[in-house]
Amino acid sequence: MADKFYISGYCTISNNRIVLNGEEYFSAPDAAFTDFAKQAYKHAETDYAKFFKMDNLSKLSFLASDLLLNNGADNSNTALLFANASSSLDTDVKYNESIIDAENYFPSPAVFVYTLPNICMGEISIRHKLFTENSFFVFEGFNSDFFVNYATSLLETAKADKVLCGWVEYFKDDYKAFMYLVSKEGTTEHKENNIQTLYLS
Amino acid sequence: MNRRNVYIAHTSCITPLGFTVESNVQAIENGTTGISHWEDDALLPEPFFAARINDDTLDGAFAQISTATYSRLEKMMILALQPVVTTAGVALDQKTGLILSTTKGNITALKGGDSLAGGVYLQGLAKNVAGFFGFTAQPVVISNACVSGIMAVSVAKRLIQAGVYDNVFVVSGDEVSKFVLSGFNSFKAMSPQPCKPYSANREGVSLGEAAAAALITINSENAKAIVAGDGSINDANHISGPSRTGEGLVRSIESALKEAGVEANAIDYVSAHGTATPFNDEMEAIALNRLGLNNVPVNSFKGYYGHTLGASGLLETVIGLETMAQGRLFASLGYDEPGVSQPINVIAENKDSEINYWLKTASGFGGCNTAVVFKNVN
Repeated sequence: MADKFYISGYCTISNNRIVLNGEEYFSAPDAAFTDFAKQAYKHAETDYAKFFKMDNLSKLSFLASDLLLNNGADNSNTALLFANASSSLDTDVKYNESIIDAENYFPSPAVFVYTLPNICMGEISIRHKLFTENSFFVFEGFNSDFFVNYATSLLETAKADKVLCGWVEYFKDDYKAFMYLVSKEGTTEHKENNIQTLYLS
Repeated sequence: MNRRNVYIAHTSCITPLGFTVESNVQAIENGTTGISHWEDDALLPEPFFAARINDDTLDGAFAQISTATYSRLEKMMILALQPVVTTAGVALDQKTGLILSTTKGNITALKGGDSLAGGVYLQGLAKNVAGFFGFTAQPVVISNACVSGIMAVSVAKRLIQAGVYDNVFVVSGDEVSKFVLSGFNSFKAMSPQPCKPYSANREGVSLGEAAAAALITINSENAKAIVAGDGSINDANHISGPSRTGEGLVRSIESALKEAGVEANAIDYVSAHGTATPFNDEMEAIALNRLGLNNVPVNSFKGYYGHTLGASGLLETVIGLETMAQGRLFASLGYDEPGVSQPINVIAENKDSEINYWLKTASGFGGCNTAVVFKNVN
């Protein structure tokens, strides 16, 4: 019989509000995302200068993952399983504006590097020293079936002890991060309807 | 846990060297490169080297199978998938998956202004490709920088072992575009000559474009190899440069070997990433030495194709499978004198050699790495 896995923590960031394990952690109504992200960073008493160089998708992902991974537990073999709908299009559009016009041609390596969606996982791996399985997928919308199947596969094949699942969508100030940590610990069983309920909560 | 064997069968590729696997292998046997010199202000304000597919050849080939309108990349991907889907003869039901991997997809459709064409979204691209063949399962898109192509093989195998699918068609593709040329150029990563992986004279990457496709399946009939083990582990070091110690690559290979149930000394050949940037090639040499793989014949196919980004891992797997099937190791084109600090056995000339196990590796921005062990079925 297959092992059962559980959700030990979850976090949602959307509409200028961070909800951690079902309770409001922080909110800053009316702030633009960059300002909201900076305030959330300060609220969490984070000290990590690299944060300010990140693009919006990475900042969003960083904030949610920091709240879930700074839980005092051993998260050293935690795989990152992320997905979204817009890939890195938010930064792609900004980078494209820097090259589209010959009169105004200023491609920047510091922007170009963020034109890949998996960079946000690289940032989190560096922050938490995660030498672990990483993969980034793109779907039309949040796909709980896929997350369950792939996370279970990583755990059952012992490729990881835990999996941080993340739906991290950011395009033109429209954003939502929904992250949860899956392992053998916890009370909420890791199955589709539970995940869907948490995603919509 | 005893997991079922998963196989790779029915491969295909669309590249500047040819639109069949046979023509590609023949070109490689002859030492032909697809990389050439370009002066095209619409792509880059200075001359550059790249491996590009001829538009007329592509359109001519596509006209043989369809008169419908598709983007250039979609044509490449559909042409790559078409012979695989046809020869496989698998029902395109819910147990048959489609995994599409790419780094930048239809990025050339990104214009100024606020409106975005649907095909710019990677799922839009995937739907267009899936719709051509009539796949019923929702496509899975992987966009994981330069490991995307080989990661697609790994993910397909894992989803089959998890019971989600019995068959998965994988297709990978990327284009040479103003977007990626300007970006790599801004990193000062572009070579002023056709790229020279692992050489002391290497000066950076040449970009390329290609599409490749394969069937990953539980069915051993027509199998070219068993997908025996895989790992995709991050460096946790830097977002735009590889680890100096090769940590993520070492751990990815270890994970793949462990799952395959073999030691490093079982590996007969390594198809490595070999982008010809100073740091990448050095990192790979360090990783191969740490694992005791330094005497195993190794090559990079970038000298033939340039760096085809999200396509490279799958394209190089397709050629690697022919390497095993024919027992023929192909020279790492562009290699002349050793240029990494720790010795590795770069293949300097084509030669015959029996291959039972071989390793495909890739590394990319974001600190990502993927390694897959393939086992001969014969």
